Amino acid sequence: MPRKSDAAKMDEVGIEIDGEVSDSDDGVAQRRNNRRQAAGRGGAKGRGRGKKPASDDEDEADEEEDEAPRGRRGANKKKPAKKRGDDDDDDSEDEAPKRKRGGAANKKKGGKAQDSDEEDSDAPKGKKGRGGKGGKKGEKEEEETKGKKGDAKGKDKGKDKDDDKDKKKKKKKDDSSSDSSSNSDEEEESMSEGEMARLMEEVEEKKKLIANIRNKPWRMKRRLTHLKEAQAFVDKFEGALGKGKGRKWYAYKVMMTKKWIKFQRDFENFRTACIPWERKIKEVESHFGSSVASYFIFLRWMYGMNLVLFGFTFGLVVIPEVLMGLPYGSIPRKTVPREEQDTAQDYSVLMDFNGYCKYSVLFYGFYNNERTIGLLKFRLPLSYLMVGIGTFGYSLMLVIRTMAKNADVGGGDGEEGEFTFAWKMFTSWDYLIGNAETADNKYASITTSFKESIVDEQENQKDENIHLRRFLRVLANFLITCSLGGSGYLIYFVVKRSQEFATRDDLSWYEKNELEIIMSLLGLVCPPLFETIAELEDYHPRIGLKWQLGRIFALFLGNLYTFLFALFDEVNTKLEEEQAIKNASIYAMKEYYANYSRLMNDSEATPPPMDPADVIRGPCWETAVGIEFVKLTVSDIQVSYLTILIGDFARAVIVRFLNYCWCWDLEAGFPSYGEFDISGNVLGLVFNQGMIWMGAFYAPGLVGINVLRLLSSMYYQCWAVMATNVPHERVFKASKSNNFYMGLLLLVLFLSLLPVVYTIMTLPPSFDCGPFSGKSKMFDVVMETIDLDLPAFMGTLFSYAANPGLIIPAVLLMVLAIYYLNSVSEAYKNSNMELKKKMQMARDEEKNRRNNTDSTNQVMKDLEDLLPNRSLAPPPEPEKPPEPEPKPTKTKPGAAGKGVDLQKDVALASPNPNARGPVSRAPGPRGQGPGPRPGPGPGPGRGRGRGPPPR
Amino acid sequence: MGNKQTIFTDEQLDAYQDCTFFTRKEILRLHGRYHELAPHLVPMDYTNEPDCKLPLALIVNMPELKENPFRNRIVESFSEDGMGNLSFNEFVDMFSVLSEMAPRELKAIYAFKIYDFNVDNYLCKEDLEKTLNKLTKEELTPEEVQLVCEKAIEEADLDGDNKLSFADFENMITRAPDFLSTFHIRI
Repeated sequence: MPRKSDAAKMDEVGIEIDGEVSDSDDGVAQRRNNRRQAAGRGGAKGRGRGKKPASDDEDEADEEEDEAPRGRRGANKKKPAKKRGDDDDDDSEDEAPKRKRGGAANKKKGGKAQDSDEEDSDAPKGKKGRGGKGGKKGEKEEEETKGKKGDAKGKDKGKDKDDDKDKKKKKKKDDSSSDSSSNSDEEEESMSEGEMARLMEEVEEKKKLIANIRNKPWRMKRRLTHLKEAQAFVDKFEGALGKGKGRKWYAYKVMMTKKWIKFQRDFENFRTACIPWERKIKEVESHFGSSVASYFIFLRWMYGMNLVLFGFTFGLVVIPEVLMGLPYGSIPRKTVPREEQDTAQDYSVLMDFNGYCKYSVLFYGFYNNERTIGLLKFRLPLSYLMVGIGTFGYSLMLVIRTMAKNADVGGGDGEEGEFTFAWKMFTSWDYLIGNAETADNKYASITTSFKESIVDEQENQKDENIHLRRFLRVLANFLITCSLGGSGYLIYFVVKRSQEFATRDDLSWYEKNELEIIMSLLGLVCPPLFETIAELEDYHPRIGLKWQLGRIFALFLGNLYTFLFALFDEVNTKLEEEQAIKNASIYAMKEYYANYSRLMNDSEATPPPMDPADVIRGPCWETAVGIEFVKLTVSDIQVSYLTILIGDFARAVIVRFLNYCWCWDLEAGFPSYGEFDISGNVLGLVFNQGMIWMGAFYAPGLVGINVLRLLSSMYYQCWAVMATNVPHERVFKASKSNNFYMGLLLLVLFLSLLPVVYTIMTLPPSFDCGPFSGKSKMFDVVMETIDLDLPAFMGTLFSYAANPGLIIPAVLLMVLAIYYLNSVSEAYKNSNMELKKKMQMARDEEKNRRNNTDSTNQVMKDLEDLLPNRSLAPPPEPEKPPEPEPKPTKTKPGAAGKGVDLQKDVALASPNPNARGPVSRAPGPRGQGPGPRPGPGPGPGRGRGRGPPPR
Repeated sequence: MGNKQTIFTDEQLDAYQDCTFFTRKEILRLHGRYHELAPHLVPMDYTNEPDCKLPLALIVNMPELKENPFRNRIVESFSEDGMGNLSFNEFVDMFSVLSEMAPRELKAIYAFKIYDFNVDNYLCKEDLEKTLNKLTKEELTPEEVQLVCEKAIEEADLDGDNKLSFADFENMITRAPDFLSTFHIRI
């Protein structure tokens, strides 16, 4: 590039600015005059422009003319430089010249911006340009060299010249559109379709940048500047897109997207603010590692689910009944029978959920079978059934969705063995740990695991060890199966006995509660027993935890199902009893009327209705079942809370305080503090939920009790774990997805679904209590609704739908779909394996090739960028190495970010003594203003403040 | 809320939200944390982007970092000067990268920097030894350390230069099942 033209151009630019600001800047006027003469032609032009700064287009044209020797290319190159200056600021001192020039060029805009009050974002640049101007004026020579450099750079970097041209056009357009409408015709011309498209593309690109900026490995400062610029760019050009009507529409769309994004962000903020117990769990997590925290997260999830169930049950069943249904004492099912009334308020009776509790809204029996209640004609029986089924539907959906989401996150446990040591080294430290004790444990466990791996590596697993281990594992499983069988038999035995007891009256307290006691005892004794046995197996604790969970699950399952069968027996006897009572009650009713008419001697008079307390009523097996479940739940709560209180708290107190006067070290020795029992707690939670699911249909109040339980449990257990437990000996991470918990939950959900659906579909509801009384089956209420409330054709439609001829093909279709999906997933799995193999091969190949991958990709550059002291520097240029920074301390502003600072300094360290740079600079950290620094005279090359040491 | 608003302008908060994985509340909380590290140095008012930096010694004493064996490296990696002095921007940056939401690629880059003790953009044996000794509190014998480092390099080194470049590291770490869950700090 001819040097001369460069120089001329530089002059021109500088003078343009001068011309523009001449009105306001009297101090420099004289010098400017001198320069104008010196600059000759360019100067003249500059002045001309100074007079009519608005005619920007002409400006451009002139420039192009001016640069005739360099041709359009030159002009373009200049733009790249300018453009880079403000949009791609790899901002560093080496780009200063460009920056200056860019600033100068921008200055035009800046000036105009001030005129027309547009674009506040441009203003700082304009000001910067003004600051830079001084420098230009001062050292023309230096300017020249720099200009050349800048040009060279422009050549280097202005690869996408076309783009830049675009930008130029855009700028032009923007300017002209903003301040002079007279130019608009020309302007419109210049915006061809292709350019529009490109502009659009660019705006899209910027938008993408804004969206992804947080993912860029840049320094925050760089990110912030980029963001600002990108946003400014988008703001500026988005509106410019589209013409006429389309333009307005486009602007509107843009505005709406902005609003929408803002709303989304606010909503997201709100949502995260709504997640409860985040800090509590975090605290636990930092003390006990993620495995314990996973329990609490599970608990929180459970709470959320139960809250929704609670909302349904109370909103659609309990509250309508309370508000609109008949009050207590109005009909027999809502009244305590006469013979029970004396004791109905006794504490012990209430604690057994008899007496007033039994005839309350908490239980099935209280609800009336009126088809509609209240003014709103609320169909309570239908709603009751729907809520009962909806509870299961919702839970099922939620569990499965959560599982799918977790599986998505999980993504397989990775191929073990490939990177054993590397992974251990780089990923074994859990950065969440913030507690000294946990950290010590973690250190220990990491050391152990390294040692284990070393041993593995060295010996490649000894054979006899594996035999011994296998033997031990088989033995352990045998023992556990034995104890499972034993406990199963015990429960069976107790259930038999209790059925026998049920016929007798002279029962002691123990005999009455034998079943519950035995079950609780089993739940207390068996898990530790299993844990002891499991030590034989010597699994990794995470795998061990899963085994333990599975075993205790089996134990509890046995308990649960025994309990259920016992319940069914009871229900069946009650059903038989009911038949007899039904007849008896009809008989009693008739007898009452007969007696009445006999006593009154007046067969005509209608007798007053019988006192509801005196009516003979059936056993109402639904309420009995509900009471069973509620009792079980409550006793479960009591047991688990007491266990924590005694097993953990009392133990901790004893260990802590008796330690002063004991013969051995209690803390380190035998009793020690308890560890948090993850498996027991998780299973407790899961089974409790099973109880709720099963019982909720017969006792709507159970859901409320459960919500209270979970809520209190959260606080209580958080406290207990922090106060009384110690971290596990081998701190281990929870597996990424707690899908194992979810799997258990799903299983329990399914198991609890079965009995409820069975009872709904097959057993006849009690004749005198509950919302379905009088019907032969509970689901008759649906039929009734279809018949009475829906148009007739719906009924026929449903009857067609219920036709086996339709159902069987549907089932068949579903089976086929499952088969198809299954085979598809199988195929995917295979191809996945294949790909993995290929990757392995590629990796080996690459390893063999032993060639260095060159670091040309963007990530590598970014990485290099992040090295200290070079964060904001573009690829280094020999003339301008990064500034050697005075050792930075937290002290004063001067030590802020180097890059940006420097570049600002460069722009500002003009010899121009009246520099008003400091005032107009963009806010932000900055170095010493030009003030303190001895402003060097306008000597060539000296003006650049903290100019780089010559190399 | 009133006095919170004066810490940052809305634009600043929006910009921070765009640049990090934090919500507005978390950014304000982060500022609170930053402020409480050195109440006399850090201004409450950040609207004009004051320039102030906290030295490494203050930052590594945060409970979140205190127990971390790599705390010094973490802070140094995120400081622009490499000495561990963090401005608020860098402070936010640090916790943003270490937050749960940061993508694997971003975390990998910074993890690499953290483990690169001698700042040469390669993980050489030296770095690995240091890492290992910090992880195990020097409980392993020198032979064991040697063995482990050799094995680790052998496993992950693709190009055979006996040190891990970022490409090697990334390749290894992106497949690690635990990386995402362990390489994060909640604040």
